[in-house]
Amino acid sequence: MDIVRKRKIESFVALTLSTLAAMSGLFWLVFILGDVLIHGIGALNLGLFLEDPAPPGIEGGGLRNAFVGQLLITLCATIIGVPLGVLGGTFLAEYARGRKIARIISILSDIMVSVPSIVVGTFIYAVLVKPLGHFNGWAGAVALAIIMVPVVLRTTEDMLTLVPWTLREAAFALGAPYYKVIIQVVYRGAAAGILTGILLSIARVAGETAPLLFTSFNNSFFSVNMNEPISSLTVTIFQYAMGPYDSWHAQAWAASLIITIFILMLTIAGRLIIRWRYGKR
Amino acid sequence: MPLLFKKNPVDIFFSVITALAALSVVVFIAGILYILIRESSLSIERFGVFNFIFSTDWDPVRESFGAATNLFGTAVTTFLSLLFAIPVAVGIAIFVTEIAPNFLKGPIGVAIELLAAIPSIIYGMWGLFTLAPIMSEYIEPALQASLGKVPVLGILFEGTPMGIDLLTASVILSIMIIPFTASISRDAFNLTPAVVKESAYALGATRWEVVKNVVIPYSRLGIFGGVVLSLGRALGETMAVAFVLGNNHQITSSLLDAAATITVTLANEFTEADTDLYLSSLFYLALILFVLSFITLAIAKIFLLRAERRS
Amino acid sequence: MKTVLRLFLILTIALSFTAVQAAETINGAGATFPYPVYSAWAYQYQKTTGVRLNYQSIGSGGGVRQITNRTVDFGASDAPVPPEKLTRKDLLQFPAVIGGVVLVVNIPGVKSGQLKLDSESVCRIFLGEITEWNDSRIKSLNPSLKLPGRKITVVHRSDGSGTTAIFTTYLSKACADWKEKVGAGKAVKWPVGIGGKGNEGVANYVRRVKYSIGYVEFAYAKQNKLTYTLLKNPSGNFVKPSFETFQAAAASADFDPQKHFYLWLINAPGKNAWPISGATFILLAREKKKSNIKTVRFFDWAFKNGDETAKRLVYVPLPDDLKNKVRAYWKQNGIY
Repeated sequence: MDIVRKRKIESFVALTLSTLAAMSGLFWLVFILGDVLIHGIGALNLGLFLEDPAPPGIEGGGLRNAFVGQLLITLCATIIGVPLGVLGGTFLAEYARGRKIARIISILSDIMVSVPSIVVGTFIYAVLVKPLGHFNGWAGAVALAIIMVPVVLRTTEDMLTLVPWTLREAAFALGAPYYKVIIQVVYRGAAAGILTGILLSIARVAGETAPLLFTSFNNSFFSVNMNEPISSLTVTIFQYAMGPYDSWHAQAWAASLIITIFILMLTIAGRLIIRWRYGKR
Repeated sequence: MPLLFKKNPVDIFFSVITALAALSVVVFIAGILYILIRESSLSIERFGVFNFIFSTDWDPVRESFGAATNLFGTAVTTFLSLLFAIPVAVGIAIFVTEIAPNFLKGPIGVAIELLAAIPSIIYGMWGLFTLAPIMSEYIEPALQASLGKVPVLGILFEGTPMGIDLLTASVILSIMIIPFTASISRDAFNLTPAVVKESAYALGATRWEVVKNVVIPYSRLGIFGGVVLSLGRALGETMAVAFVLGNNHQITSSLLDAAATITVTLANEFTEADTDLYLSSLFYLALILFVLSFITLAIAKIFLLRAERRS
Repeated sequence: MKTVLRLFLILTIALSFTAVQAAETINGAGATFPYPVYSAWAYQYQKTTGVRLNYQSIGSGGGVRQITNRTVDFGASDAPVPPEKLTRKDLLQFPAVIGGVVLVVNIPGVKSGQLKLDSESVCRIFLGEITEWNDSRIKSLNPSLKLPGRKITVVHRSDGSGTTAIFTTYLSKACADWKEKVGAGKAVKWPVGIGGKGNEGVANYVRRVKYSIGYVEFAYAKQNKLTYTLLKNPSGNFVKPSFETFQAAAASADFDPQKHFYLWLINAPGKNAWPISGATFILLAREKKKSNIKTVRFFDWAFKNGDETAKRLVYVPLPDDLKNKVRAYWKQNGIY
């Protein structure tokens, strides 16, 4: 009898501990998000979106340049990164399906997903900043695109693989060439999954700071010229949070709040699409 | 087999395009490696490999550089953050797979995913403004008063608690990697066949015994892969630590001292470097970081693949 | 989907190439220390003239490198570039604003302006030779002050900075040991102490760590209400850091236009001069006359209208006769 009780107590203790662990995970989430919300919401105002930065000591001012810059860099990164990723994933799942090369590239992409983003920043600095002689928005966009490609590529590959082979065979039987089958049948079948991958990859790069530090850098004025340094929210947050002025800190919190909400919404949207398309998982 | 379909000229074209796109990943990796080696060649020639890795010098005036202090910071923060994160992450995985009632599984899973999605700069800023003061005012003095009094362990908690130190950086880093480790462990746990678990229950095992003796041994490889993957992540994390590590090039015995990691050094000094050798040495650091994390991640991948194959 | 994508593509390319330079822009890069005051000036300048001055604070070293490579209209550096190097790289240089490095301490019971130090004692503290506050070398300077027998924690910058360059130049002049063992530069290998990132990092540490001493730009000491010390200057006076003592340093110093104003404002001869001051400099590419005229017009405007802004941000404007010297220098080089 005693042994049974001991086992039960042991089980109870261990399970309580792991419940606590799960609660602590929730605790940090609530703590961090709550903190960002409390600090950020007080600093939110319309001027933040409509005005350019005012220098320290002058009241008001906003981060219009950073919002627009961030959108522009992310957009360009998406335009470069998504086609590469989707097409690459197509190769792995279709033309090279089951071949060694597909396997190798797939593994390399998985590794690439977690490679330190600051290393990508230094790489782009050497390739696109130093030769041109100045920081520029394109360099930032390319750095982010390099981070996006493996994410999109892997999800695309996975999603295309999920499309049943019989579907393709049915199309082949009608005499369709492979590329038509891919575009009209396979892509259609996997559209929701690919879209999720794209959303998640945007969420991933929208919050990146390290690769932008030495590429797109920062600009205190409103600029949409990608050949010039362009401001981004994340680099601005880094600069403002480290700075000595209270008004900077407040704006950094507000910017953090906006970017967090944006990324969490993308993430949730991605999850919802998956759930809606592929059922509960 | 599918390549047989390449009869149509458009098909050939399309397959070549997709192949090139897929190869871009290989090009990126090779390109990064090549460029980093090229850019750091000045520093490699000057300091060599072993000299650079083991030299604790980081002296921009005399242009003498070494990676040891940066590697030290990277190693300590990574190790500590894993130490804090693994138990919590495995606990979360156990809770989600074995304990939680169904209506809780979803929300907690989502919460963990969201924790993983928060950008690292937010962690960094939160660490600087919120966590660091808490650490310096409450937690670190408390540690000094308790563990600091223990003879050998006390060395770890010497100095003045400032909140900008190895300990705070490691705590933030551990919060960041918990979600990765947790979700991979969860996936690994889920690979355990229900039949095996059920037969253990049928023999009268408690839930904990099932976890301890069936699930964990079964998913050992997967958990290990997850841990190594988190290690790779922690190695390369920049912004979360840049705010709270203090960027001080030193090897210290106290966790309450400022230090520098490779990533933090790069973020702080890259645009400030004024001589070619200085910049080249920073590229050298980036190269070391790239190689280290690549190897780590490759090992993680191998373990995860094996774990998948087994089931 | 496709049309949307195409639209985006056209839009970005168009933005990239056509919307360029709707307004006149001056691009500058360099030192982080004067960033707040330059950006404040630029903000007002744009409002009155429509001309944009985009200043990127990438650090003094970066500023010199960028202007040397001719990728910006002007560079900025906290450390003056020696005349030989200017000639070699075909650059012009002039001061824009004055700053000063002050020593800040955290000793319970000691208030701002109470603790007196001289160059020798500061040097020994930063070398780690004076380790306690009641050391006889400090006590002899402060006979009336009650100093605790506590260990000194030295706080220094951990990133490269012009502030450090100014301070370490001061230390190198203060004692031979420093010059020999450590030297002067934007980042040095510190014998003792803890490092904070940026002026604010150092200010933060000094505020939190009891019995510490650090060095920061005057603006940060003032904004963070830190306890500053008095310093003995070469005239033998103990001076307090203030606008007046910085200006005294700038006014008494012999800025020589022939040497492109190359001068460390260390131990300036004025009676009330603060010993650790420094001008922050603007660098121009000699042959780029057109863009230089634009840049000079901006700084001329700032010299005329920017003093109040500078003072509000706790920077010290150049004294009037130095401004005139700079104007003469511009004229001499045909850009004014």
